[in-house]
Amino acid sequence: MSSAVDVIDATEKSSWSWGLWLRQIRAIVGLELQKNFLSRRSILIYLIAVLPLLPLLILAVVRPPGNEFDFNNLGKIYAVFYHGLILRTVIFFGCAWIFMNLFRGELVDRSLHYYFLSAVKREVLVAGKYLSGLITSIVLFTATTVVAMWLLYFPHFSSQSARYFTEGRGLGQLLAYAGITMLACVGYGAFFLVVGLFVRNPIIPALLLYGWEWLNFLLPPLLKKISVIHYLNSLMPIPLNLVVTEGPLAVVAEPTPAYISIPSMLFVTILVLILAAYRTRHMEISYGND
Amino acid sequence: MSEPANQLIVFDNVSKFYGEILGVNRVNIQIAPGITSLVGPNGAGKSTLMNLMTGLLRPTRGSITLLGIPTDQPERLFRKVGYCTQFDSFPRGVTGREFVSSYLFVHGFNQKRASELTQVALERVNLVDAADRKVAAYSKGMRQRIRLAQSIAHQPSVLILDEPLNGLDPMVRAETIALFRKLAADGLHLIISSHILHEVDMMSDRVILLNNGYIVAEGNIHGVRDEMEEHPMQILIRCDQPAKLAAYVFGQNHVVEARLHDDRGGLFVKTRDADRFYLLLNRAVSEGELNVESVAPVDDDMSAVYQYLIGSSGGSA
Repeated sequence: MSSAVDVIDATEKSSWSWGLWLRQIRAIVGLELQKNFLSRRSILIYLIAVLPLLPLLILAVVRPPGNEFDFNNLGKIYAVFYHGLILRTVIFFGCAWIFMNLFRGELVDRSLHYYFLSAVKREVLVAGKYLSGLITSIVLFTATTVVAMWLLYFPHFSSQSARYFTEGRGLGQLLAYAGITMLACVGYGAFFLVVGLFVRNPIIPALLLYGWEWLNFLLPPLLKKISVIHYLNSLMPIPLNLVVTEGPLAVVAEPTPAYISIPSMLFVTILVLILAAYRTRHMEISYGND
Repeated sequence: MSEPANQLIVFDNVSKFYGEILGVNRVNIQIAPGITSLVGPNGAGKSTLMNLMTGLLRPTRGSITLLGIPTDQPERLFRKVGYCTQFDSFPRGVTGREFVSSYLFVHGFNQKRASELTQVALERVNLVDAADRKVAAYSKGMRQRIRLAQSIAHQPSVLILDEPLNGLDPMVRAETIALFRKLAADGLHLIISSHILHEVDMMSDRVILLNNGYIVAEGNIHGVRDEMEEHPMQILIRCDQPAKLAAYVFGQNHVVEARLHDDRGGLFVKTRDADRFYLLLNRAVSEGELNVESVAPVDDDMSAVYQYLIGSSGGSA
């Protein structure tokens, strides 16, 4: 066994090196991506990601009657569609499913102990799993965001749309929506990762957050800031209050500038991930109780 | 125990409670290299002790170190430790080879080294031919072996095995026990839980008997038996004049019972002091009083110790 001992000693010496951690993160991400994209559990994620495309596919085939469906209105239509369906529902529940299952799913499958019995820091495990969830959600939901916009613009207004995206503001808006999608995955992902670590039935906290995010327009300005949606709304290329009225009970608050909202969300995400790492460090495996 | 602490597994006053339910209580043991078996009925605390040893559970009180490494540092601990649990579950969709190699990648081994170590581990458990089949299609014995391969693949110095012989057919069982013996001869710590007492007898250097969360006895199996003064040692002497031998030994105060064998070709003797009895027997033989064919302790094995201490047959298979 001397050769193995040499290898083990060599890895022991480098147990604090970034190189080792990066190798381990890469290995964890590889394993998790397979599960996220190829397991039976991923079918639901694909369905969620495709969900908003179905009405747009119908719209692409059958043009609605009336003058409302005009090229000049498409930006507003997409803003409402993106905000109401893609951001608040698809990305929210998609992230809930992906990130909660990173740990909770493995507890249910009784396979988490294989990670816990590997020579890997639990913090590295959290980083690897979070990163895999992030890649999965960003790939799927950014694709949804982009394809949804294409389906809205191009089938009925192809030449105008081509000009809009190559010469006009179209590309900028598309990138802004894609960026919001990514940021939403970062923020919601961290939240749901932690929920999956602390709560045995994560559906309840997910629904509570869903309600809180929907009621955000009613909240006083200070409370609005304790949410993900407030910061994401602040980044919308077409402000929502120009498109829809939120009713007489809505409390109007100034949008937070991007240079504050983006770093704030990233900072809170890091704090949440530190909490997840702490929790994982002290976690026990007792499948009978899960 | 003469080994330094960094070569021992040390439990220092360890207790584990699940809420109000006792897992194990006040465990103080030091385990040296070799094969150590944890024996006890269901719910005795064997798996709890193993899960504590590997950091899957945290002690409510006390501390545990393996080769000087605390169990809350998995990144150091599992360079030296492998654990084959009883959980018969696997990540979905993997082949045997992928299952073993993927966790070597997580350990930090590169592709080439992980492939080499995977191959060695698969060969050791005789699973090379089935390595590229999905684990979901494996039999129970094959699943047991692939988990064993996964736990030894990184070539640890401490190997902890929870009921590792479960589900194995007799041939593979024998091969696996031989593998354990070889690993122990290489200087590894092997901690094995088992309820198959004759196999514990065959392979263990020492045993730890658990019952209701407490350590009932520990040490070399014969040493444990010797210390059980309330249960006199039973010895069968096959000889030409068992009745004469019975009369010869019956006057000794350490002999509590002498009974002829049913075939009248031997004598069962129960003694509180086996050493003194053997001296007595030697004297009888040397004086030409009788011809002895064989002498063998009847209840100096794991099964008897288990029965005396824990009070059941222990489910030996």
